[in-house]
Amino acid sequence: MTTITPPRPTAAQSAPSVNGAKLFNRLCAVCLTLFALIWLVPFFWALATSLRSDGSITEHPTSPFAGGWSLHAYSYAWDNYPIGSWYLNSLVISVLAVVFTLAFGSMAGFALAFLRYRGRGAVVALVAAGLMLPSEALVLPQFIEYRSFHLLGTFWALILPSVAAPLSVFVFQSFFRGIPVALIEAARIDGASWWRVYATVCMPLCRPALSTVAILTFITSWNSFLWPLLVLNQTKSQTIPVGLASLVNNSNIQYAEVMASSVLGFLPLIAVFLVFQRQIVQGIATTGIK
Amino acid sequence: MTTVVSTRPAAPASAAGQRADRPPRPERRAGLLLTAPFFVIYLLFLVGPLLVGVVLSFFNATTVKSGLGDWVGLSNYREVVTDPLFWDALWHSVLFTLLTTPPLVLLALVAAVLAARVRRGRLFYRLAFFAPYVVPSSVVALIFLWMYTPEIGLIPKVFGAVGLPVPDFIGSTSGGWTAVTLMTLWWTFGFNFVLYTAAIQDVPPDVYEAAAIDGASPWQQIRHITVPLLGRTTSLVLILQVLASLKVFDQIYLLLAGGPNQSTRPVIEYIYDTGFTSYRGGYGAAATMVYFVIIVAISAAWYGLRRRRAAGAAA
Repeated sequence: MTTITPPRPTAAQSAPSVNGAKLFNRLCAVCLTLFALIWLVPFFWALATSLRSDGSITEHPTSPFAGGWSLHAYSYAWDNYPIGSWYLNSLVISVLAVVFTLAFGSMAGFALAFLRYRGRGAVVALVAAGLMLPSEALVLPQFIEYRSFHLLGTFWALILPSVAAPLSVFVFQSFFRGIPVALIEAARIDGASWWRVYATVCMPLCRPALSTVAILTFITSWNSFLWPLLVLNQTKSQTIPVGLASLVNNSNIQYAEVMASSVLGFLPLIAVFLVFQRQIVQGIATTGIK
Repeated sequence: MTTVVSTRPAAPASAAGQRADRPPRPERRAGLLLTAPFFVIYLLFLVGPLLVGVVLSFFNATTVKSGLGDWVGLSNYREVVTDPLFWDALWHSVLFTLLTTPPLVLLALVAAVLAARVRRGRLFYRLAFFAPYVVPSSVVALIFLWMYTPEIGLIPKVFGAVGLPVPDFIGSTSGGWTAVTLMTLWWTFGFNFVLYTAAIQDVPPDVYEAAAIDGASPWQQIRHITVPLLGRTTSLVLILQVLASLKVFDQIYLLLAGGPNQSTRPVIEYIYDTGFTSYRGGYGAAATMVYFVIIVAISAAWYGLRRRRAAGAAA
């Protein structure tokens, strides 16, 4: 950009202010880095505590480098809590939620973007209204409805609410609107059915929308707390967030073990975050700023 | 959204020479079939609970066994609005919103403005600020409970070192609110940060260049360009934050269990207690509906306001 305007007459004059700007930017960087380091403290604190022994924690609580390091807390946590099966449950539920949300959401988004049919207007209106519906506030009637369908205690009870969320349809619909109609028309003239247009023309094009919806659905479904707490009530079949919550009040004395479980609870998500951070940020930006 | 969709020239004009206002049959059928799977689940499991809630609230239903129980008309509602505990819970949700919204919006704005001026380390800032948001609430609560532990926790030590009086974070009401606010700030601030960062990137760079040529200092640029141009984003972040904070449950339940003496219990926990501890399904449903109407009214008011402003800007 600067290369376009090199023969600026004021260049010499503005040199000191450029220096000032540089200094200002450096100051910004320092402030922000300090801020970020403070924000990382809870993670490091949990990690440091989890690697110590309980004895050294009670002796020197706030010096993380006092005691001997060991992985004992991890093996203890793994042996004493069914963390493995909590993981498995969370994984199965979240993956199924993602698969169904992607399939049904993209189909509906495609139909709303390209097809004219009876009732389309009503669907659009209901989906738009659903976007501002606070479904989290409806847990009690939701619970009673799921019970009368005999879905309580099943994984379906945890998968269906994510599939029913209208946000995915909204994201897919607005993404499909960006695809040129000429492309669809050409495929239709070549004799492709609507199903084929959807599956072989549009789906390969909407990879960004797919990854956005997939990641956001995965994270919300993995992290949801109140609903799984109500729906699954045996320890074995719990998800990671609910399972770990049962440690909140009963074993506060064994700090290292509790922190080891926390680290096991956050590490996979940090990994997911590091791999997909670009898509996550993109996803929030597109769904937030409509 | 609706207007954008309907103004769009829909789908291919039929080659068979049918009338333009009536789409061909395969198109109508495909539309219905492709929408159906989502829409059936949507009606059953998102609209459904709403209707179930309305019906339940007029009956003396319990959550222990199925069936509606006796018809009681409006008496559940009468009882909800005269129960001081319900109003206390509502006030706690509002108080939590008042405590968390300003710092969450301001801090996110400041951090995003600073981040826009820093060239390197984008990934690092994103990791530091946003990673907490992907961590489950119970894990966040476990970590913060450890850091809040009296005598040996990190946060009491820091408070002491800075010279602040150390509150009883878990055992007292005011300390509890401080604890929940700090934890929520750490946990969710990244979401607003991301929204602001995305909005700042949408500001065309030549606006800054022009300002720089005119001799505006970085500080003036921030005050007179960045912040005003972020007005729309601020209103969005604000409403999303208010709606999210009003629905608080996880943090308060996990950290304080509504604690000391229900003095921090939010509305969702009130509904949870009446519905699942006292098993009063119909009564809980009535409380749900009152609360639901409040939240929908707030978001509808915001949408209305934004629409009117958009219409005013277009005229």
